[in-house]
Amino acid sequence: MSEIQMPRLSDTMEEGVISTWVKKVGDKVAAGDVLVEIETDKAVMEYEAYEDGFLVKQSVNEGDTVPIGAVIGVIADSPDAEVADSAPAAPAEPAEKEEAPAEQPAPAARETAPAEPAPAADESGASGDGEGPRPRTSPLARRLAKEYGLDITRIQGSGPKGRVVRADIEAAAKNGAGAQAPEPSAPAAPAAAAPAAQAPSFDDGRASEELKVSNVRKVIARRLTESKQQVPHFYLRRTIDAEALKAFRAQINEQLASTGAKISFNDLIVKACATTLKLHPAVNTSWVDDKLLQHHRVNVGVAVAVDAGLVVPVLHDTDKATLSEISTRTRELAGKARDGKLKPQEMSGGTFSVSNLGMFGVDSFSAVINPPEAAILAVGAMRQEAVVVDGEVAVRNRISLELSVDHRAVDGAVGAAFLKDLAEILEEPMRIIL
Amino acid sequence: MSVITYRQALRDTLRAEMVRDENVLVMGEEIGVFEGSYKITEGLLKEFGPRRVKDTPIAEEGFVGAAIGAAMLGLRPVVELMTINFSLIAIDQIINHAAKIYGMFGGQTSVPMVIRTPGGGGQQLGATHSQNIELFYSFIPGLKVMAPSTPAEASSMLRAAIRDDDPVLFLENLGLYNSKGEVPDGYAEPSNDDVATIGRAGVTREGSDITLIGYSRMAMVATQVAERLAKEDISVEVVDLRSLRPLDRQTFVDSVKKTGAAVICEDDWLTYGIGAEIAASIQEGAFDYLDAPVRRVAMAEVPMPYAKPLETAALPSVESISTAIKETLSAVGKRVG
Repeated sequence: MSEIQMPRLSDTMEEGVISTWVKKVGDKVAAGDVLVEIETDKAVMEYEAYEDGFLVKQSVNEGDTVPIGAVIGVIADSPDAEVADSAPAAPAEPAEKEEAPAEQPAPAARETAPAEPAPAADESGASGDGEGPRPRTSPLARRLAKEYGLDITRIQGSGPKGRVVRADIEAAAKNGAGAQAPEPSAPAAPAAAAPAAQAPSFDDGRASEELKVSNVRKVIARRLTESKQQVPHFYLRRTIDAEALKAFRAQINEQLASTGAKISFNDLIVKACATTLKLHPAVNTSWVDDKLLQHHRVNVGVAVAVDAGLVVPVLHDTDKATLSEISTRTRELAGKARDGKLKPQEMSGGTFSVSNLGMFGVDSFSAVINPPEAAILAVGAMRQEAVVVDGEVAVRNRISLELSVDHRAVDGAVGAAFLKDLAEILEEPMRIIL
Repeated sequence: MSVITYRQALRDTLRAEMVRDENVLVMGEEIGVFEGSYKITEGLLKEFGPRRVKDTPIAEEGFVGAAIGAAMLGLRPVVELMTINFSLIAIDQIINHAAKIYGMFGGQTSVPMVIRTPGGGGQQLGATHSQNIELFYSFIPGLKVMAPSTPAEASSMLRAAIRDDDPVLFLENLGLYNSKGEVPDGYAEPSNDDVATIGRAGVTREGSDITLIGYSRMAMVATQVAERLAKEDISVEVVDLRSLRPLDRQTFVDSVKKTGAAVICEDDWLTYGIGAEIAASIQEGAFDYLDAPVRRVAMAEVPMPYAKPLETAALPSVESISTAIKETLSAVGKRVG
C-alpha cells in the first residue's frame, strides 16, 4: 500500500487543485497510467502512477486544494485493501493567505468572548515566529481582530518582522478599516474552508457573490500587481504602414496553400520581434534583484486569452524558427492553453512578449510587462487610414504598435531604436526572414 | 506601623511563635551561642534555653533528619540551614523523607517542620555559596516553598509556615536581610493571628503596560525597576510570586491578560529555571492575550564568579530588566523613552 502525495509540478508551485480524478476508487492502475489531473499555479497537468495496483482511496475531492506533500490518494495491491483513515488530506487551507478572508465571525461572536483560558488552543502551533505562509500575528492581535470583526490578514503589522500586534488592530479598528473585508474592489478569494451557507458580508448593496478563483487567476493577480508596482514602465508608440506586410503575407500563404498551413499577421510580428531582438540585445535582458541579465536565447511569449485567464506560452529560440514553425507551434501551444494542458516549461523562459488585441478592433493599448522580461509589444487592429504618401493623401492599411519597457533595464533611446528597427522591418517584411 | 528590617521581622516573628507555642523549637549551625550567622536567632537561647534552641554539628543530613523525626512526633522544629547551598547535603532527607512521609504512610503523621534558609548571590561568596537552587524543592510535590520579599510578608508568611502541618522550605535571601519595610503594629505579638495564606501571589504594584514577575530578592528589584520606568512613563505591574509551591498561576495570568506582555526576572539560571515554568503557565493561561513573546531575565549560565565585576555582570540588574521591558514594549508598538 502506498500513499500518493501532491507532487511539486513547477518551481513556483506551493499547492495544487485536484482537477479531475481519471481513475475511480477500485480501478486497476498500471504504472504510467494517468491517475489524476492536477491544476497548478500554471497549468493543468496529468499525473501518472508510479506503480501497479488499485486505487483504493481518493483522499481529496475534485476541486479541492492541498499543499505539496499532502496525501491525495492511496494505491494498494488489492482493490479491497483496508485503508486506515490515518492519512487525512490536509483540507484546503489556501496557502496564499493574504488573499484569503479569515473566517468571518458572525456578529454574535462578539459576545462569546473567550471566557476561560484554553490551554490547548487550536492555534497553539502558530506563534508569530513560525515559518511558512501564515502572516505573523500576536495571539492578542488575533483575538482582538476576531472581536472587532477584522480580517487580520489584511492588516499591516508594525511589530518585529512585520508581526501584527494589538496596536495595529486598534489602529485599523479606529480608522474604519472596519468591518470585514474592506476593499470592495478586491475579488475576495476562495473561501474553500468557509461554510458555504455563509454569504459574504462585503456585499454592500451590490448583490455580489463570491466566485471560485482558479490558480491561474491568482497568479495573474499576483504577478501583474508585482509588475505594475515594481517595474517602472514607459511606453513608446508607433504606427506602421502594413501594406507591404499584407502583400507579403498573402504571397506566403499562396505558397503554403497546398500544405494547409497559414501564416497570421501575429506570426509575422512575432518573428519580426525575434529578428529585431537579435539586432538589439540590450532589449533582450532582465532586471532581477539589482542585476542586469543578458539573455543569449530569444524566446518570445505570445499572450493567449483562455477561459481560465491570460496565459503566455513561450516560443523558445524564436529567432531560429521559420515562419511556418512559428505558426504551427503557436497554434499548438494556444490549443494546449485552451485545454489547460500547457506544461510549465512551455510557459517559462520568455525574454519578450507580444500581446495582440487587434482581432477585437482595439486601436492601441498599453500592455503590462510580464516580469522578468524587459519589454512587451502591444499590437492593435489593422485599419485603413487616410495618410499622406509622397505628398498625396492615400488610403493605407496601418497597424498601431505600443512597446512597454522596463526602464530599469532599458532606457528610452534604446527602446526607441528597437521600435524603429521593428517598424522598418515590418514595413519591408522581406527583412523578417533575412 | 513601623519600619524595620527583613531580618528583624523574621527574628521577632520567630520569637513570638516560640512564646505562643512551646512545641516550636529552633535548630541549626551556630544559632544558639553565636546567635546565628545572620542574627535571626539573636537572643533566643537566652530567652528559651538550650532545650528549644539547639546548636547542631556541621552535619545537615543529621540535623534535618532529626528535625523530621521530631516533627513526626508532634514538635514544630524550625531548622536553619546557613545557606541553601548546604541543603544539598540534606537533600535526601528533605525530598525522600520530609516530602514523602505523609503520603507514604497513609497520612498517619504529618511533618510540620520549617527549613529556613537564605539563597542569593552578590556577596562574593564564590560559586558554591552563591546559588539559588530553590527550584530543586519547588519541583517536589509534598513540599511547600515560600519566598517572601518584604518584612511584612516575611513576618506573616513565617507565621503561616510554622503553623502549617506540612514541611515548608522557607527561602530568605542574603540581599534582603537588611532591606527595610513597613510592618503592621503588633506583628511581634504572640497573639498576632495575621497569618499569610500559603500559595498566594500578590500584585504589589499596579500597572498597565507590562507585567513584571519576580520573587524573593528579584521581587524587590522588580519594584525598583517599576519605579524607575514610571519616570519614563512606562507603567509596570509587579507580581510577587511569594510562593513557589503551590504556585499561584491565576494571579500572574490575570495580570498578563490585563497588560498583554510579560517579563520574568529570576536570580537562578535561565535554562530549566523557575521562569521557564512561569512562561509556560502564561502561554497556557493567557495565550490569546499575549501581544509579544514572554521574556526572561536570569543569571548568566556560569558558576558564580568570585571577582566583583564578574559577579555583578552575572546577575540580573535593574538595568538589564529595564532593557528587556523596553524591548518587549517597543515590539508591541508602545512608545518607550
